[in-house]
Amino acid sequence: MTDLGYLMRREFRPRSLAPARRIAVLARLDWVLLAAVLLLASVGSLLVWSATRVRLERAGEPTDQFLQRHLFTVALGLVLCALTARLDYRRLRGGAPVIYGISLIGLLLVLSPLGVTVNGSDSWIRVAGQSIQPSELAKLALVIMLAVVLAGLRFGNRKGPPSRDDVLKALALAAVPVGLVILQPDLGTVMVIAVIVVAMILISGASMHWVVALGALAALGAVAVAQLHLLSQYQLNRFAAFTNPALDPQGAGYNANQARIAIGSGGLFGTGLFEGTQTSGQFVPEQHTDFIFTVAGEELGFVGAGAIIVLLGILLWRACRIALRTTDNLAALLAGGIAVWIGFQIFENIGMTLGIMPIAGLPLPFVSYGGTAMFANLAAIGILQSIHLRRREVPAATTRS
Amino acid sequence: MSERTRRRLVVVQVLILSLVVTLAGRLWQLQVGSGDRYARAATDNLVREVVVPAIRGLILDSAGRPLVANRTTMVVSVDRSVLDRQPDRGAAVLVRLARLLRVDQAELANRIRLCRPGVGRPCWNGSPYRPVPVATDVDKRVALQVLERAEDYPGITAQLELVRDYPRPAGANAAHLLGYLGPVTEAEAAHSDALGLRDLIGRAGLERRYDRYLRGTSGTRYVAVDHLGRVVRTLRETPQIPGSHLVTTIDARVQRVAEQALREAMHRARTTPDYKDRLFKGDSGAVVVLDVTDGSIIAMASWPTYDPADWVGGISAAEYRYLTSAKAGYPLVGQAFQGGAPPGSTFKPISAAGAAKAGYNLNAGYGCTSSFQVGDREFKNFDSLAYGPISVAYALQVSCDTVFYRIAYDMWIKDGGYRPVDHPKDPMFAMAREFGFGKRTGVDLPNESPGRVPDRAWKLAYWQATKDELCRRAKTGYPELARTDPARAAFLTRFAAESCTQGYQLHVYDAINFSIGQGDLMLTPLQLARAYAAIANGGTLWRPRIGKAIIGPDGKVIKKLAPQKTGRVGVPPSDLRYIREALVGTALNGTARGVFSGWPLDEYPVGSKTGTAEVFGKQPRSWFAAFGPDNKPRYAIVMTVSQGGTGSGTSGPSVRKIFEALLGLGEYQQAVIADGPPTALPKMRRDGSFAPPARRGGR
Repeated sequence: MTDLGYLMRREFRPRSLAPARRIAVLARLDWVLLAAVLLLASVGSLLVWSATRVRLERAGEPTDQFLQRHLFTVALGLVLCALTARLDYRRLRGGAPVIYGISLIGLLLVLSPLGVTVNGSDSWIRVAGQSIQPSELAKLALVIMLAVVLAGLRFGNRKGPPSRDDVLKALALAAVPVGLVILQPDLGTVMVIAVIVVAMILISGASMHWVVALGALAALGAVAVAQLHLLSQYQLNRFAAFTNPALDPQGAGYNANQARIAIGSGGLFGTGLFEGTQTSGQFVPEQHTDFIFTVAGEELGFVGAGAIIVLLGILLWRACRIALRTTDNLAALLAGGIAVWIGFQIFENIGMTLGIMPIAGLPLPFVSYGGTAMFANLAAIGILQSIHLRRREVPAATTRS
Repeated sequence: MSERTRRRLVVVQVLILSLVVTLAGRLWQLQVGSGDRYARAATDNLVREVVVPAIRGLILDSAGRPLVANRTTMVVSVDRSVLDRQPDRGAAVLVRLARLLRVDQAELANRIRLCRPGVGRPCWNGSPYRPVPVATDVDKRVALQVLERAEDYPGITAQLELVRDYPRPAGANAAHLLGYLGPVTEAEAAHSDALGLRDLIGRAGLERRYDRYLRGTSGTRYVAVDHLGRVVRTLRETPQIPGSHLVTTIDARVQRVAEQALREAMHRARTTPDYKDRLFKGDSGAVVVLDVTDGSIIAMASWPTYDPADWVGGISAAEYRYLTSAKAGYPLVGQAFQGGAPPGSTFKPISAAGAAKAGYNLNAGYGCTSSFQVGDREFKNFDSLAYGPISVAYALQVSCDTVFYRIAYDMWIKDGGYRPVDHPKDPMFAMAREFGFGKRTGVDLPNESPGRVPDRAWKLAYWQATKDELCRRAKTGYPELARTDPARAAFLTRFAAESCTQGYQLHVYDAINFSIGQGDLMLTPLQLARAYAAIANGGTLWRPRIGKAIIGPDGKVIKKLAPQKTGRVGVPPSDLRYIREALVGTALNGTARGVFSGWPLDEYPVGSKTGTAEVFGKQPRSWFAAFGPDNKPRYAIVMTVSQGGTGSGTSGPSVRKIFEALLGLGEYQQAVIADGPPTALPKMRRDGSFAPPARRGGR
């Protein structure tokens, strides 16, 4: 089905950069984006340290054990980011099916006996002592796959919007990981994927009918899920507690309540790093991963936590800017998809700690502890940089319709 | 890239950035807008009030031996509020804990559920916010597992706590005297400033009666905790104030002897056949040893009994069922002061005193015939023996019923018979009241039974309460019974018809039965012992007491619980002496001759009276009441065995045994309390233990 012949044609082989141009290339990177990412990862490391050191000390382990692992992850992720940036994003046309296939295998493994259940959801697999969370990888893989399909498979820019077949193909490709993630069940990832799909179809220029229809379908799906008892009781409880956290402060609403207490008690300037009583008392569960923002809220106050939101905002602004500045359909879809993915995940993650979104198990991009998510996020940054570096390589003649 | 894509990308960008702005706004609202409120909530999260239980005081015998002490034990408790926070409400934690403690999972779950109407035992009667102790005497290794793997055992704590210990000095059990502890209920805590929700309070016996002295005042410690409730540091503390110690009049060695003697009597009953050649059931029994000079209880025991240590750390469901079951004979009931029964012939000295007061000459001859005819009924003498005309003294010694029937019948006629005079004298009933029957003795134990004197006032009240039912039965009969037992149904119908119209009357049969301690008369062994003490001491009724003094945790005497006179029986000293001497004769030539064969009666004259009370539908109850050991009696002893046979056969030998122990006779090389009960109090040593009281030489 896929015409891979273009890969063999020499003139379209992506070129690696000549040594002399390497310095110049560095100068052309989006440094604002990179700076935001590096700052977020640094603050994140401190927060991970603060969230884990009391627990480790109590267990008699070195207090910087998680910090070290986290820093190693970040370093490895940055290498991955550099490699991706160096790679011509157009090569993803060929790589997309492979990446997509790998992510599906990962999601399948999660449901196999290799999967590990954490907090009622089989989201992890353990390989050689390492925990991998395939749903984090799946989101990136889906963004790439959808971008390739919606941009048109052949090289160059298609003139019109994607055909009905392309949109249906995209929907079919999205449906498979969604189904697997529902089986885990990981409601947060389902929400993120749904938003990615709708947004990317919107960006692709497809008819608004698609967007309206998909939006309606998503709403219908949400109702069906609730009505047909497709959710386990604890998930329903979480949602009930979201609408009224005072309902059961010791049970389902506990996470939401404790998160809000930790953040709210931080006030304007916070207690200071490592000084948070709620953090050292471990009142908020999953604090170094999904609830990392509560550490910032308590210990760094509005000033520090607000700064993190600003940094994330800058990051998203740069991603959108890259999407808008490219002339390539594929690049626009890739960058736009990445921006929507990371943007919505940030909103869901921070929103749940602030009590404006339901509790869902999603990490905060670039900040939370967790290797898979960090790798996927930094690889996405690499793709953005790759697009940014090559924004002028597409023939100008084909950029305008 | 198409213009459409560009436009839509701009829209997406605006949407994304507006989400970011939303987050920032909400963050401001939460941290700056309502930061103070959340800061307070954060403090509430952190500070816990921990009750430091007071060390409960000891209960000592008169020589300072601890009957109840304290010991440390590793207790595992479950905090329900932390469990409820688990996704599965702690089900998995309880499964793990049950496996670790090697207990049944369902039983464990039941023990921590809250007691409510419709929830059977076991259940938690204390505060829902208090950790529920689920296991005591837990092995250290098990406790360490719970402590070190807090993540696996959220809400489960293991800590050393003080619990009650029962050292059983000299082997004494004394369960019904000591009582046991139970958790404070929420209602009790709400009504008392002194009671905290974590406290244990006395639920029975001395533990309950003297709870406010023994309990002390618990302290409070404010601690910072983490989310698993683990203490991070102590913020401030008000120390606990230990409880005071209770010195009792009990002598542990005499208590042991009395318990042993009671058990032997029970055994004797159960190996003796009745006239139908069935063995006596011997289903319950009691013994009381009183100091007649001040009403002190030297020993008191009941059967069946239990081990008070079973209550430590909460009683198990099976154990509680057993303790409250009819089949086991309600072991929780202290028969000695909570069990009432007709006293049989041991009541006759009181009848004799009533006769003397009414002007009957005790030395005159009264016909001891083999039977006594009243109306259409013939009242037989016990064993149908006839002694001819005899004195009241001899009638007491040989326990001749017909002599007392005759006097009681005469009294009843004098009071007008079925057409009573305005103020009937009822001398025997009045004398029963004089001796304190039908009223609680006021012993310092909770839930004492008052017994019953079935006089005219009681008959009237009882008739008013039951006449409606009886009058209905007089009309309808007992059809449900008539099918199986028509003779009995006919009898009951006749009885109902008679009672319906005349039930308020003091029947001649009532009066006659009463004179020999039968019928509706109910006495506790303690009441009878006090009456014999009054006969022995010249007529003083003492309030029986067990508590002797309260000693503070520092060893200083806080309060002396002095003996109390509650009155004097209105019997002239000469009459009392007559009865006393008559009872001493029982061992020489009366019904207790066999019991005291070989006893040095010249040196240690003992007054005694046997009783064999008939109980409808049951085997007779054995009674033996005595005082001694010489002309200036010191002790009164009463023993009874329900469905136990004769007084002399079953209880008598055991009462003799107690006297032997008190005097150092028979198998006892020396007297258990050589100089009588001590008057001085035990003294606290530096280490908190107690030294026996100083003795003044000789008595």
